Amino acid sequence: MIGLVSYLVFFFTITTILAIAVLGLNLQWGHTGIFNGGVVAFFGTGAYAVILLGGPERAGEFGGFDLIWPLAMLGGMIAAGLLALIVGLATTRLRHDYLAIATFGVAIAVETVARNAEYWTGGAKGLRGFQRPLEAAIGDPFLYNLGFLSVVILCLVLVFIALERLVRSPFGRLLRAVREDETAARALGKSPSRVRLQSFVIGAVIMGLSGGLYATFYAYIGPQDLAPILTFQIWAMLIVGGAGNNRGAVLGTLVVWGGWVGSGWALTAFAPQSMQLYAGTLQYILIGLIIVGTLMLRPRGLLPEILTVSARAAQGATPSESRPAMRTGQTTKGEKVT
Amino acid sequence: MIQALFDGVLVGSVLSLGAIGLTLVMHILRFANFSHAELLTIGAYAALTFDAFFSVLAPPLAAGIGPLSMTLALIAAMVLAMGVTALSAIVIDRLIFRRLRQQAGPLTMVFASFGVALIVRNLISLGFGLHTQRYTDEIAFAVVVSTDPFLLVKPDQVVVLVLALSAMAALYLLLTRTTLGFALRAVAENPELAQVNGVSLPATVRLTWIIGGVLAAAAGVLFAIDSQLSPVMGRDLVLSLFAAAIVGGLGSVTGAMLGGMIVGLASSFALLVMPAGYKPAIPFLIILATLYIRPHGLFGEAR
Repeated sequence: MIGLVSYLVFFFTITTILAIAVLGLNLQWGHTGIFNGGVVAFFGTGAYAVILLGGPERAGEFGGFDLIWPLAMLGGMIAAGLLALIVGLATTRLRHDYLAIATFGVAIAVETVARNAEYWTGGAKGLRGFQRPLEAAIGDPFLYNLGFLSVVILCLVLVFIALERLVRSPFGRLLRAVREDETAARALGKSPSRVRLQSFVIGAVIMGLSGGLYATFYAYIGPQDLAPILTFQIWAMLIVGGAGNNRGAVLGTLVVWGGWVGSGWALTAFAPQSMQLYAGTLQYILIGLIIVGTLMLRPRGLLPEILTVSARAAQGATPSESRPAMRTGQTTKGEKVT
Repeated sequence: MIQALFDGVLVGSVLSLGAIGLTLVMHILRFANFSHAELLTIGAYAALTFDAFFSVLAPPLAAGIGPLSMTLALIAAMVLAMGVTALSAIVIDRLIFRRLRQQAGPLTMVFASFGVALIVRNLISLGFGLHTQRYTDEIAFAVVVSTDPFLLVKPDQVVVLVLALSAMAALYLLLTRTTLGFALRAVAENPELAQVNGVSLPATVRLTWIIGGVLAAAAGVLFAIDSQLSPVMGRDLVLSLFAAAIVGGLGSVTGAMLGGMIVGLASSFALLVMPAGYKPAIPFLIILATLYIRPHGLFGEAR
C-alpha cells in the first residue's frame, strides 16, 4: 500500500513538472502560434543552470556557487529566457519555418554541449551531488517527496493562474491577434515580431522553471535527460489536451504521461523477452501515432480552446453583435490552428 | 587540409542531394518537412534489401567492380530503392499530409512531419534492428593519392561523388529543359496562375514527392556506402539538410546544391579546430549565422 502511494506521489510529481512545461508551450504555440521544436533546450538549460548555481563545488570545474534554492531556480529561469532571446532575435521576424528549424537546432546544440563540455556541464556523466533543499531537515524520504509534490503543485497553480490572467489581459488578446492575422495586427500599429519574441521568451522561462524543478527532484541532470523525445512528448500532451486551453494542457499532460508510463509498464510486464530491447522503439511509435492521429482526427484536442474576442465584448455586446465576431474567429481558427 | 576539402565536398554532395528534395517540398507544399531525412533512411534500407535479393538470385552481380567494394547488385538495388522511396513519399502524402493540407495550416503539417519521422524511423528500427549495418563487409582499401599534402581517397568515394554530381546535373536539366520542369517551377512561383495555365496541381505535388524521394534515396545509399546504415541516420542528417536549404535560400535548387557543399565543407573544416563531439551542433551554428547575416540565404527571396 505504502509502495503504491509513494509511487503515485512520484508519478504526480513528474506529471506536474511536465504540465508546467506544457503550459509554457501552450503560451507559445496555443496562444501565439509560435512553433517551438526545441522545448527540451529550454527545459535543459533551466535544469543545468539550477544544478550549477545551487550545487556544490566541482573540483577544477565550473560551478559550486551554492546559492540558496529559490535564487538558483530564478537563475535557471533567466538562463532559459536568455537562450530564447538569442534564438528569438534571429527568427521571430522571419517565416515561421525558420523558427521551427532554429528551435529544433538549438535543442541539438544544447544536448551536444551538455554531452561534451565537461568543464561546464560535467559531460556524459552529468552533474551529481546536488543537495535538495531542506532534505536533511525533513529526513524521512516519503515525507520529503510528499512535501516536494506540494511545492511543484504550488508552482503549477501559480503558473496556471498567472497564464490565465495573462491570456485574458489585453496582452493575451494581442497574442491571439498576432496568431490569427499578423497583417491585421500590424495595421493596428502592433509589432508582431516583438509580440512573438515576448511570448517566446516568457514561454521559455516557464520551461526553464519546469526543468529546474525536474533537476531538483532527481538531484541530478545529465545529457540523457535532454533527449529529443521529451520535446515530442510535450507536444503530444499539448495537442491531445487542446492547444490554446490551459486546462486542456494540464489534462493532456496527465493523459499522455499516463499512457507513456502505462505502456512502458505493460511492455515490460507482457512483451516477450526478445521484444524487450524494442520497448522504447514501440513507445516512440506510440508518441508519433498520438501526434499524427490527434492532428488528423481531433485537431483541437480533448478540451478545445474557448474562442472569445475578449471578456468584455462577450458581456457587454448584444448577442447579435458578438456572434459574428466569434464565428469569424472560429473559421480562421479551424483553418490555421491545430 | 586538402583531405578536409575532399571529405567536405564528398559529404557536401550527398547533403546537396537530400537538400534539393527538401527545399523543393518546402517551396511547393509550403511546410518544413522534418520527415524528409527519413526518406534517406528508407532509401538506404530498401537498397540493402534489394542488394541482398540480387546477390542471392544472381551471385555474379555480387562481385566488386574493379577496385570498388560497390557491386552491380548494389547499383541495381539503388535504382529500385529510388522507386520504393518515391512511392513511400507519395503514400505518406496521401495518408497524412494531403488530408492535413486541406484542413489545417502549414505549422500543423510541421508538427505532423515530426510525428511521421518518429513513426518511420522506429518502424525501420523494428524491421531491421537498432544496430548499424554496411552494404558489404569487404574492406575497400584507400589509395594514397598524394603524401604531401596528404590525401587518402577510397575508390568508392570517387564513384559516390560522380554519382551525386550526375544526379544533380540530371535534375538541373529536368527543371530547365523539360515541360515537367517548367510546370514544377511555375507552381512553385505562383500556384493559382500555374493552374489557370493548365498545370495540374495534384500531378505537380506528386512529381515533387517523386523527385524528392528519388534524390533522397540516392543520398541515403551514397551516404551509407561512404559510412554505414543505421535507423537513426535520418535523424542525424536532418539538421544538416535544413542548414543546406537555409544557406542556399528556401526554394532554390541551385541554392540547395551550393548550401549542401557549404555545410559539408564547414563541418569537415570545423573538425580541424574543434573536438569531434561538437559536430552535431555545427549545422545549427550555420543556420543561426545565416539567419543573422543573410536571412533569406544565398538565392532565396523574402516571402
